[in-house]
Amino acid sequence: MGRKLLLENINVPGINTFDVYRQKGGYRAVEKVLKGMSPEDVVEEVKKSGLRGRGGAGFPTGMKWSFLAKPEGKPRYLVCNGDESEPGTFKDRYLMTYIPHLLIEGMIVSSFALGANTSYIYVRGEMMPQIRILEKAIAEARNAGFLGKNILGSGYDLELYVQPGGGAYICGEETALIESLEGKRGNPRIKPPFPAISGLYNCPTVVNNVESIAATVPIINDGGDEYAKLGIGRSTGTKLISASGNLNKPGVYEIELGVPVEEFIYSDEYCGGIANGKRLKAVVAGGSSVPILPANLILKTLNGENRLMSYESLADGGFASGTMLGSGGFVAFDEDQCIVRNTWNYARFYHHESCGQCSPCREGTGWMEKVLHRLEYGHGKLSDIDLLVDVSKKIEGNTICPLGDAAAWPVASAIRHFRDEFEWHVSRPEEAMDRNYGLAHYADPLPKPEAVAAN
Amino acid sequence: MSDKVKVTIDGISIDVEPGTSILNAARQIGGDIVPPAMCYYSKLQGSGGKCRTCLVKVSKGSEKDPRPMPKLVASCRTTVMDGMEVQNITSPEVVEARKGVVELLLINHPLDCPICDQAGECHLQDLSYEHGSEATRYEFDRRTFDKIDIGDKIQLHMTRCILCYRCVFTADQITDNRVHGILGRGDAAEISTYIEKAVDNDFSGNVIDVCPVGALTDKTFRFKNRVWFTKPVDAHRDCPKCSGKVALWYKGEDVIRVTARKDVYGEVEEFICNDCRFEHKKTSDWVIEGPRKISPHSVISANHYERLTPPSVVRKNPALLESNKEQFERVTKL
Repeated sequence: MGRKLLLENINVPGINTFDVYRQKGGYRAVEKVLKGMSPEDVVEEVKKSGLRGRGGAGFPTGMKWSFLAKPEGKPRYLVCNGDESEPGTFKDRYLMTYIPHLLIEGMIVSSFALGANTSYIYVRGEMMPQIRILEKAIAEARNAGFLGKNILGSGYDLELYVQPGGGAYICGEETALIESLEGKRGNPRIKPPFPAISGLYNCPTVVNNVESIAATVPIINDGGDEYAKLGIGRSTGTKLISASGNLNKPGVYEIELGVPVEEFIYSDEYCGGIANGKRLKAVVAGGSSVPILPANLILKTLNGENRLMSYESLADGGFASGTMLGSGGFVAFDEDQCIVRNTWNYARFYHHESCGQCSPCREGTGWMEKVLHRLEYGHGKLSDIDLLVDVSKKIEGNTICPLGDAAAWPVASAIRHFRDEFEWHVSRPEEAMDRNYGLAHYADPLPKPEAVAAN
Repeated sequence: MSDKVKVTIDGISIDVEPGTSILNAARQIGGDIVPPAMCYYSKLQGSGGKCRTCLVKVSKGSEKDPRPMPKLVASCRTTVMDGMEVQNITSPEVVEARKGVVELLLINHPLDCPICDQAGECHLQDLSYEHGSEATRYEFDRRTFDKIDIGDKIQLHMTRCILCYRCVFTADQITDNRVHGILGRGDAAEISTYIEKAVDNDFSGNVIDVCPVGALTDKTFRFKNRVWFTKPVDAHRDCPKCSGKVALWYKGEDVIRVTARKDVYGEVEEFICNDCRFEHKKTSDWVIEGPRKISPHSVISANHYERLTPPSVVRKNPALLESNKEQFERVTKL
């Protein structure tokens, strides 16, 4: 039974209110930090914990904080990235809905560590209920003296604002988020300068995911070393995984990093196996933008080791046979799902969400979407498959922000691992309209040359 | 070279001021190693980084940190570091990526140069001629828009736009107020005035000059003539609003177009006002300075002012030498 840090009290009735949260030991971290720690101590503690950014990239949070420039006379900002829009990821929404005070406590701790006196929670525009919940929680915290001027008599001031976004996926990219927060069009900025030097209103800014900020609370309460004991290797602590797809028990789970993928899918503690007694065909392990893997590769690495839910193990094998933990949007596909259709669906999403600023992404995502649409509806050609790989390569790495990569990876990986299914859509278009390709050899034990040879 | 930093581009070293972008360092060297730029405009602050045609590979970050940069970088927005080594045309990766960008830029651009007013002075045309492939692999409908008149002098044809944002920066930085901008996102993004509104101020005509393609064109010149049949001359006039230094484009006796003077990278030397551009189209309005220098590689220069470089005599055989001389005379006789 894994240890829970973030969702420990999630089932306590009324945990979304200040009083219950406080009774259960909430805001202890704020007291501890404001009464006995310097900002440097807090940063040091987070560094020790080995916490890695939970938004997708997995960059060490403590290190990100220590990069923050501290020029005299310029305010610094902390921005919480609640623009969770990745298909398949819904952990931040869950956290903000059911335990909003955890985020606010984390915001106070993190803002103190960074010396920010104004902090923002940027929440995706579609999540209006969550915005209301957060605003209510902020009002409660302010009434209790945890926000505003001179918090707990420590002399530290903090104003916390919730900003609804316009509902764009691209605004989850940190510089686009900053632009949007400034009231401009949500176009990613060209880096450098990085936000740590010149971010919001040209001031040093740190942008962190909701979960990363929430995770600072147990880190401060128990100490960074204690937090680092959880997890495996450089993947320390716990992670929220939003499991969806053809699972018996989809939902948000807090796992200790290092749980085997097989256990996560099949054990009753977590997802409870594939729904309706079907077999697993493929998994997208970290939100729509990470490479999709067939069942055999997601359960075992090429070396025959069990694949674990950790940053390193999921990435084992690089892009040829690995994937990424990403933001923790775990989507399972059973044998009756069509990978071509799913890839088209993802491509359609990225086509719709591309900001249109730089040309490879603007034009390439639309092109891939059209070709995949043609393949899915039985008008494809064999050459389309190579065309898709080529276009995805031309987008990947050549764009301003990672959206180009995010759009290219699912397409490239689907073709790499499920090429037979794409070819079947071309060679048997009538059949492809009536039924799905099925499981084929995608769950056969490794090593299977056809599962890995096509990269 | 006390304060200057040394950068090596394709094996050619140069010392430049700190803070110079790789692209500008390459332009100081000049020649084939200059990356093409569709969206960067040195006179517009904040431009660049969007079209991705200027991608280069940084094979050595700097003297202090010799690690190469992991991805190709936009040379227009990356500043040089001391000891930086950059590969442009010597890197197959860059050439391939650039070809890809050109192909992607062209998938939604109509390939109807013969009926486009910009042909002959279109950067995209030059770019695709130099870096693109002969045929497109795109088999779907291209996005199309209706032509819009923004003001009585400028026409916008979004179909041809490559969303370089130059005209947006121009309106922001050169004119007193901007009434057009980018609407929509992804490949549905468009330049527009939102509610159809005339772009009307003294310097609005400059958006025509900065547009690298035929999306913003001069209505007073549209379809009057192909640029390579016109003769550009430098001229100036005493203008209260701008520098008054322009290029006049003659067809016979008539001035059929006035534009700013563009340098070899297609950037204007000085922005000019609408008075000069649209209202003064008589030779008597101007003081002629002389023929405008146009690169011999440009179609505009086609046998106008520069003598063709005589082919050098390389053949040793007397009979061939004789025929070579004939050929030489035939070619040099205009």
